[in-house]
Amino acid sequence: MSLRQIAFYGKGGIGKSTTSQNTLAALSDLGQKILIVGCDPKADSTRLILHAKAQDTVLSLAAEAGSVEDLELEDVLKTGYKNIRCVESGGPEPGVGCAGRGVITSINFLEENGAYDGIDYVSYDVLGDVVCGGFAMPIRENKAQEIYIVMSGEMMAMYAANNISKGILKYANTGGVRLGGLVCNERQTDKELELAEALAKKLNSKLIHFVPRDNIVQHAELRRMTVIEYAPDSKQADEYRQLAKKIHENGGKGTIPTPITMEELEELLMEFGIMKKEDESVIGKSAADLAAASA
Amino acid sequence: MTQSAEHILDHVDLFRQPEYKEMLENKRKNFEEPVPDAERDQVREWTKTWEYREKNFSREALTVNPAKACQPLGAVFAAVGFESTLPFVHGSQGCVAYYRSHFSRHFKEPSSCVSSSMTEDAAVFGGLKNMIDGLANAHALYKPKMISVSTTCMAEVIGDDLNAFIKNAKEEGSVPKDFDVPYAHTPAFVGSHITGYDNVMKGIFEHFWGGKAGTEAPLVRQPNEKINFIGGFDGYTVGNLREIKRIFELMDVDYTILSDNSDVWDTPADGQFRMYDGGTTLEDAANAIHAKATLSMQAFCSEKTGEYIAGTGQEVVSFNHPVGVAGTDKFLREVARITGKSVPEALRKERGRLIDAIADSSAHIHGKRFAIYGDPDLTLGLAGFLMELGAEPVHVLSTNGGKAWEAEMDKLFASSPFGKNCHAYAGKDLWHMRSLLFTEPVDFLIGNTYGKYLERDTGTPLIRIGFPVFDRHHHHRYPVWGYQGGLNVLVWILDKIFDVLDQNTIVASKTDYSYDIIR
Repeated sequence: MSLRQIAFYGKGGIGKSTTSQNTLAALSDLGQKILIVGCDPKADSTRLILHAKAQDTVLSLAAEAGSVEDLELEDVLKTGYKNIRCVESGGPEPGVGCAGRGVITSINFLEENGAYDGIDYVSYDVLGDVVCGGFAMPIRENKAQEIYIVMSGEMMAMYAANNISKGILKYANTGGVRLGGLVCNERQTDKELELAEALAKKLNSKLIHFVPRDNIVQHAELRRMTVIEYAPDSKQADEYRQLAKKIHENGGKGTIPTPITMEELEELLMEFGIMKKEDESVIGKSAADLAAASA
Repeated sequence: MTQSAEHILDHVDLFRQPEYKEMLENKRKNFEEPVPDAERDQVREWTKTWEYREKNFSREALTVNPAKACQPLGAVFAAVGFESTLPFVHGSQGCVAYYRSHFSRHFKEPSSCVSSSMTEDAAVFGGLKNMIDGLANAHALYKPKMISVSTTCMAEVIGDDLNAFIKNAKEEGSVPKDFDVPYAHTPAFVGSHITGYDNVMKGIFEHFWGGKAGTEAPLVRQPNEKINFIGGFDGYTVGNLREIKRIFELMDVDYTILSDNSDVWDTPADGQFRMYDGGTTLEDAANAIHAKATLSMQAFCSEKTGEYIAGTGQEVVSFNHPVGVAGTDKFLREVARITGKSVPEALRKERGRLIDAIADSSAHIHGKRFAIYGDPDLTLGLAGFLMELGAEPVHVLSTNGGKAWEAEMDKLFASSPFGKNCHAYAGKDLWHMRSLLFTEPVDFLIGNTYGKYLERDTGTPLIRIGFPVFDRHHHHRYPVWGYQGGLNVLVWILDKIFDVLDQNTIVASKTDYSYDIIR
């Protein structure tokens, strides 16, 4: 099987790393050889697989050694659950430097040093939004073939999903990158499933899986484990297995996204009654104001 | 006023006039907060000690006067070696001004290269628009046959993707779809000019051999009897490539020089400006895939390119900038082995003449101690030649040399009794070299123009070999490769040895018993 490359994008805090690690753990149960490339400066994309707090990152090790050229692959590559190989690119402290460049440096290092040899799947776990050319590195040609966007029914998560679609579109016209689908990580907002499905449709994509909220994820996370490993027989583990299977069968079925405008996004929320239509009277009013007005 | 229209003083003399001397002295006293002379002298003396050397060598976070340049400089060097090719650097104008002036000062020739003129807005929004407009303008104004794109720090930090950008620019009609725009990412803060050279060479072959950015089917290698030659980043490229061609022609070898910039940096003054001149034809660059083998004169300049070429099934043989008898022997033997041609009598005679010249001057060069700095391959070649002459390359330093270079160097030292007590210093800079020259003095220093500050500081006479050489003219027109090249290097070294000897003995009725007519 030729190397398949995928990437998980999504708003910060949406559960991207949790979802991706659980899904990849399930994929490795299917016999796939996996490499995870964490592209998030906070370096938590591999902790559930490695049972570690945070892995030594490519960039922190490079800074110690003097330069990236001084690193060996085995310095940065750790092996975790079911021989999943893990790398964290890392990045600067908040407020300084350029994390995007860090992603570029790390991915170049991995490619040049043969980290992708003998691997079935490479999965990039990318911070929040598409914020600069560096974070779009996994979308470049000959990198990830499909992008999976982790989102929820919250407005800002949907906004981010739309933004990421814009980033994919930029590269999709000249290259091979496609939007694989949306993964909704349930937040228990109003009409979440319907909303996620509607957004996926608007983006010319599909909701590949709706991951229900389950506290067992928390329990596993506290033990630095995936649900797949912590409670393989749980219902939630099964959800991730389904997602893994869907992603596995989704190869080559990605689409070129059709991002929407902010107005269209708001309209979508109105359509589902989450936002009231053209209700100018509520804009800029606090909850107390509104309560007083309706009393 | 010391300066008048009737009698114009050169700046060398002008600033020695009393009013300027006074002005400069006042400036120093009143505005430069000088430390007392005694204290200054004391510190200066301290920097010459072993104690200071040890502090200097434990430096971790600071580089002083690195003997290397950045990737895009090498990128431009490689690009201009192809027929009517315009180097296009995706980045800001200042960077490109540096490459152009650097080459112009060394080769004493105009050096054509364009930038995508990135400014603040491009840094924020990405440089796609600059690429689209830049390619369109460069293509329309300068009518190149090929545009070779590389990058600077700025484009790399913001993560501009050349592959996608060039595709976009073609779709916008900046250049025709089938126009050749090979590219290479050349972040200036990674590696050095030799890395940039390597990246661009690989980028160009990937372009021509890999289907010209999807416009044609990738080439399938159909081996022929030709050989490719890659020179690497080389300040003597004008003289060297012409010498290599002469040697190949003497041997009746069917060859292609890949990146031949010997003409574009040596255009005649006949009233016609040549933005492009000579160079490897694009057809030859494409057909180079079919060659029997590729010879790379500088292994560290072609690590990735060599690997890529070897991947097509060709034999790749790399050298480390061979200089002198044994180095040239090895090179010619490999050419003869691969092509099945014999080394002709004419070259054998040249070899004999070089050996004769070495023997004639041996008394003056034997046992002399040298320090060398420069690019990894050049320092290997020169150190090898010095040992062949019976001289000792005591300190060999390469800022862009790594562990692999150091190991090669140690191997070389071990191969000769003259290499005993010689050391290689990888990744060190010219301030380290200063400490070496003070604590373990040598007779001569070999390096580029920047070595003149070390010469002034330490009193070690400088022999200018390397890149750049700004303050001596036309040496780049002479080869340093082949037996003839070895002879040139020998003469440059001897000239300095004799100059120094003359200077040492020039005082009348004191030292002039050795101020000889015959040396």
